[in-house]
Amino acid sequence: MFMLFRPIRCFKTVAGNTAIGVLALQGNVSEHIGAFESAIKGLDLDIPVIPIRKADEIPSLLALAIPGGESTTIMRLIDKNRMRDVIREFQGGIFATCAGMVCAARNLIDETRFSPLDLLDITVSRNAFGRQRESFEADLKITGFEKPFHAVFIRAPVITSAGSDVTVLAEIPQGIVAARQQKKLILSFHPEISHDLRMHEYFLKKVLSLS
Amino acid sequence: MILEDLRFGTELIKRGFASMQKGGVIMDVVSAEQAGIAEDAGAVAVMALERVPADIRAAGGVARMADPKKITEIIDTVSIPVMGKARIGHFVEAQVLEALGVDMIDESEVLTPADEEYHIDKTKFTVPFVCGARNLGEALRRINEGAAMIRTKGEAGTGNVVEAVRHNRTILSEIRRLKGMEEIELVKRARELEAPAELVIETAKRQRIPVVNFSAGGIATPADAALMMQLGSDGVFVGSGIFKSQQPELMAKAIVEAVNHWNEPAVIAEVSKGLGDAMRGLDVHALPPDQVLQNRGW
Repeated sequence: MFMLFRPIRCFKTVAGNTAIGVLALQGNVSEHIGAFESAIKGLDLDIPVIPIRKADEIPSLLALAIPGGESTTIMRLIDKNRMRDVIREFQGGIFATCAGMVCAARNLIDETRFSPLDLLDITVSRNAFGRQRESFEADLKITGFEKPFHAVFIRAPVITSAGSDVTVLAEIPQGIVAARQQKKLILSFHPEISHDLRMHEYFLKKVLSLS
Repeated sequence: MILEDLRFGTELIKRGFASMQKGGVIMDVVSAEQAGIAEDAGAVAVMALERVPADIRAAGGVARMADPKKITEIIDTVSIPVMGKARIGHFVEAQVLEALGVDMIDESEVLTPADEEYHIDKTKFTVPFVCGARNLGEALRRINEGAAMIRTKGEAGTGNVVEAVRHNRTILSEIRRLKGMEEIELVKRARELEAPAELVIETAKRQRIPVVNFSAGGIATPADAALMMQLGSDGVFVGSGIFKSQQPELMAKAIVEAVNHWNEPAVIAEVSKGLGDAMRGLDVHALPPDQVLQNRGW
């Protein structure tokens, strides 16, 4: 008798590591979770997205997103929750936006109150555009993107210098605003609030090589 | 990027700024030194004031915007956002605060209102505003005027959380009551709430107000802060509660951690140990009517 086996669901599950975590200490956490969930659904993947509040939840993740918020607060809470070494040793992907860029930096300009995580060789200037009244939105040309990305910069940082192993994806007169090194994607702006999922999709497809 | 196409002060940027404060503690400070302590403790922002609400109560008279010199000193001291308070309806105080470079303006009932008919038209400003509310209608009226963040009014300067709890519960219960209503019912409800129908419809659909919702007015301990978080707040303002306590540095750090671990009683217990006296509280029911701040604004 001839039988045809057909899976009912055609989601592609990712073997091994389990989930995408969004560091949920302070800031724009739910927006990142929502954007990742929509991007994952759009790519027909089946990966849960979970908020991360404890250090021991990090090592098994597929990737960790460090969201926007206040970098001094987030760094203080990273240390208070003993996450610094765990994040530094984490081998999965990193998706860091705005305050996340500050946290991920090797060096910070004019900032002695805290030391960042040194996840990649970048020097970052905090509040590089000025105060909130100087926050802006604009269409940004990004390498690898066919159409410009509508980027929202809120008291945003920029990368002022980057090591030779860091690939610059977008640069404006004030500095580098999007960069990538292996499985790490670092952005000055907030792709989670502009209702454009291409940045999250790019991270899943190109940076993590899923789909 | 085409530099002529940069857009400043849009609703997305204003609400985005407010959203970045989520899960955070915003602390009232009256000096650069206090601002430094707040920043080191992990505050997401500071509110630069002439006096904390408890001292405004004690001083009486007309309470106004802080001295611009003081605000500038605080801005120069910290790297986190600095907020300032303008009197209800006093759009020139708000213009001054914007010119000084404050990151968010609190149109606040803690100061003496300058206009008893109209709040500030907040859409005219580049910087975002936060406004107090006691109920859903008040919150939505402020959002309609351009507020990017809502906070409960509570009863500032009392160290008594009861009014913040009341206002928070009122807003949440009014949102829940919208659930399942048909559009024509929502339009009718909007008339009763004295709020724009489209905002009522959006609130009903999302089952939350369209902007970030913080708690304020009477939060004095780590447990108070965690209470407001468990009641569904996105974050808290602590006014007199920190620098009117016996050990402000410890209290500030403890409240930041309690907000971070708002759902973990064991952590709240741990951080609450040995903080010394919290600020002395006031019985809200014993306040003479002219000293009740929450009834300012409408």
